[in-house]
Amino acid sequence: MSTPARAALRPLRMAWRRLTSMRTALILLFLLAVAAVPGSLLPQRPLNPDKTDSYLASHGGWGRFLDRVGAFDVFGSVWFAAIYLLLFISLVGCLIPRIRLHARAVARKPLPAPRNLGRLPESGSFQTAQPPADYAVAARRALGRRWRIVQRPEPGGTLTLSAEKGYSRETGNLIFHLAVLASLLLIAIGRLYSYQGSRIVVQGPDQGFCNTVSQYDSWKPGRFAAEGKIAPGPFCIDEMTRFTADYTASGEPSKFAANVTYRRNVDSAAEHATITVNHPLRLGGDRLYLIGHGFAPQLTIRMPDGTVRHDTAVFIPQNAATLLSEGAFKEQGAPGKNQDVGIRGFFAPTPEQGGDGAIRSVSPKVDNPVLGIFVYQGDLNYRGLPQSVYALDASKMTQLGAVNLAVGQSHTFGNGVSVSFDGWVPWASMQVSHDPSQGYLLVAAAAMVLGLLGSLGVRRRRLWLRITPSAGAASGSPTVVAVGGLARSDSGNFATEFTTLMHRLRDAATEAHDERSQRADQPVSLIGAGEE
Amino acid sequence: MAGIDGSMAHLSDSLFTTAIAIYSVGMVGFVAEYSFGKRGRIAATVPGAVPAAVAAAAPARELVGAGGPSVEQAEPAQPASSERGSAADRIGRFAFVLTVLGALVHAGSVAVRAIAVDAVPWSNMYEFASVAGLVGVIAFLALMWRIPQIRHLGGFVLLPVIVMMFLAGTVLYSQAQPLVPALQSYWLAIHVTLVSVAEGALMTSAVLTVLFLVRQRYDRVCEKPGATVGGLTGFGAKLPAAATLDKAAYRVVAFSFPLYTVAVICGAIWAEAAWGRYWGWDPKETWAFIVWVIYACYLHARATAGWKGRAAAWVNLTGFFAITFNFLIVNIVVSGLHSYAGLN
Repeated sequence: MSTPARAALRPLRMAWRRLTSMRTALILLFLLAVAAVPGSLLPQRPLNPDKTDSYLASHGGWGRFLDRVGAFDVFGSVWFAAIYLLLFISLVGCLIPRIRLHARAVARKPLPAPRNLGRLPESGSFQTAQPPADYAVAARRALGRRWRIVQRPEPGGTLTLSAEKGYSRETGNLIFHLAVLASLLLIAIGRLYSYQGSRIVVQGPDQGFCNTVSQYDSWKPGRFAAEGKIAPGPFCIDEMTRFTADYTASGEPSKFAANVTYRRNVDSAAEHATITVNHPLRLGGDRLYLIGHGFAPQLTIRMPDGTVRHDTAVFIPQNAATLLSEGAFKEQGAPGKNQDVGIRGFFAPTPEQGGDGAIRSVSPKVDNPVLGIFVYQGDLNYRGLPQSVYALDASKMTQLGAVNLAVGQSHTFGNGVSVSFDGWVPWASMQVSHDPSQGYLLVAAAAMVLGLLGSLGVRRRRLWLRITPSAGAASGSPTVVAVGGLARSDSGNFATEFTTLMHRLRDAATEAHDERSQRADQPVSLIGAGEE
Repeated sequence: MAGIDGSMAHLSDSLFTTAIAIYSVGMVGFVAEYSFGKRGRIAATVPGAVPAAVAAAAPARELVGAGGPSVEQAEPAQPASSERGSAADRIGRFAFVLTVLGALVHAGSVAVRAIAVDAVPWSNMYEFASVAGLVGVIAFLALMWRIPQIRHLGGFVLLPVIVMMFLAGTVLYSQAQPLVPALQSYWLAIHVTLVSVAEGALMTSAVLTVLFLVRQRYDRVCEKPGATVGGLTGFGAKLPAAATLDKAAYRVVAFSFPLYTVAVICGAIWAEAAWGRYWGWDPKETWAFIVWVIYACYLHARATAGWKGRAAAWVNLTGFFAITFNFLIVNIVVSGLHSYAGLN
């Protein structure tokens, strides 16, 4: 490359080097932790839109400022993404040279012994009666397979052993970081291809649904799912045959279960399943969860024109502890004649009569439930904006009256309108989730843990032995073994480790010696035993 | 699910209170040994004297157990924390016996509570704090088994345990109750056990880190000619060498961090089954993430020039602050899916 081009690239190279430095990675990690904090302390729109709106309403300009900087959707904000993307790049830049270096280190033989082993952090020496070649064999056996050992001759009949262990420390470290990268990619892929739908299912026939977008009450697709790049699984929930909610005496929930019949494909046979809180129904790549429940009161309504309607309406719990629920019945009469009937109602599973005539609920258990209703006649105002099915727009209606009804009771209002409370059925809200990457993510997470164990548990050690025959070289005179050791990581307890190693090497010297002398005493029997 | 056995729950509460009382007497004993023990003078004259090196070596081996060859104890002949047979030594032994007794009573309280609720007894803050405290005490006893020299530091570990148990028994207390449906899963035993062991161990690391900072400050003050050591820094005289404490704190994190990682992964697996997604930035999850990232920072900081030592120590303490925040503030103040505090 020409010099001007190189000069032009210099700032880029500097920036790259700075980005991939450990210090930058450390600061980015810190920023990631700090950036996550507001995500837990401020209401988050994706988790809780109502809370976010009420926070905005009560905090004026400060709230609007926070909203503008994405503080109500921290984990979807640009700056949060910027931090982890920079971290991602920094990690890639840091890992590539490390992988190359490590591959080279693994391929390389352990380094030759330094001239003076006594200068190493840990060292020692002892004598043995064995000749160098014999002791080298014994020492290799004593060290065992954990060490990678290379034997090298030196002038004068001296042998050196270079031993190294703990390569899996760096291997583990690299695996961990690669698994982190893989996890980030898998999470991103999962978000693109995932979808989530939810639907309220009332107990009883003809209330089921199939896994198609149009049949969900709410539908949250990932980008590619929204573009129709993946087809939702073809299953159908035909019917929730029975929903059970059990409570303790004090009104704490103890069990929720939904019995459903379903088909894996539109044309396959019906099957039965029980869905409980910790046990979703898994259908291929889709999971079906039980995430909520409530009551659907059933009414018989006589309309102003004398016709009779039977209707069931889903009521939404207003209080999680007592399940006091609210909902609406909307019955359209002949158009344009103010013949519509609208009913706003409160359902108390275990009622308590308040002094003001309003009902309260004291427990989520159903025990002689009461339905409090406000009945209106007029125009349901369906021509306007789309309405919530759970709330009544009574702006063009007049109230006929209000009454509390127990099951089986009825009441007649003016204009020939009467309402009887026939009973109730439970409903369950079901959530269908699809995330094609989560299985692979679990594999990546397992790799992270394995990598961590290697990275934090394995210690890198180098050891050298210099086995020198005695100066006189007379038969039987001692061989001198000098040992030196070096800790390349976690040197904390290396002194203890080295002492233990020295014990073993020394034992190997005497054991092998005993064996050899035995052999000399009884050569025949040993050969006879097939030792060699 | 069976109901609650009231008399068993009551027995559990009594044992819990008894354990606090025994620990308290034990802590006074440890503090007495620390204050009157002879060892302090040795350390003061020779900063970082011999026993420190051993103290560092042994916990590392025990906690990490990297699968290396079985290591036998190196040359002993290290001075004990107090001269054998001295008054301080006898008080220390007494405190040790009391701590063992307290741990047994404490374990009894947890076991009886388990029988009372017919499930693993760590589904609310009181129960979690009780179990985490027990883990902390057992961890310290195990450490002491291998290195008797650290006995005089017992008070530093018992103090936070006692404070936590006192809070658990008063502010955080909740009646024994059967499990709500979301908690009826074997993941409760796995996930929460891992979290309490990891966080209990990280508390020990935080204690060691505080001692490190005190010792380091003591060393810095001593370097100045003619300096007088007073106040909190004076504690440094009787502490092991700064490098020793730093390494011990690191080894505990090296043990806890993979455990915490597994705990979070198990939580994600459970969340996938219970809530329909493996991760949803629920406040508890967010703080688990923050804690994980901070300890990752700590591990990196220890390997980065300019961050070793004091800066890394503060990162460690920040991590423990985040754990405490996650336990106290997120449970009590912030509402989320993990609202099992049982404080309503």
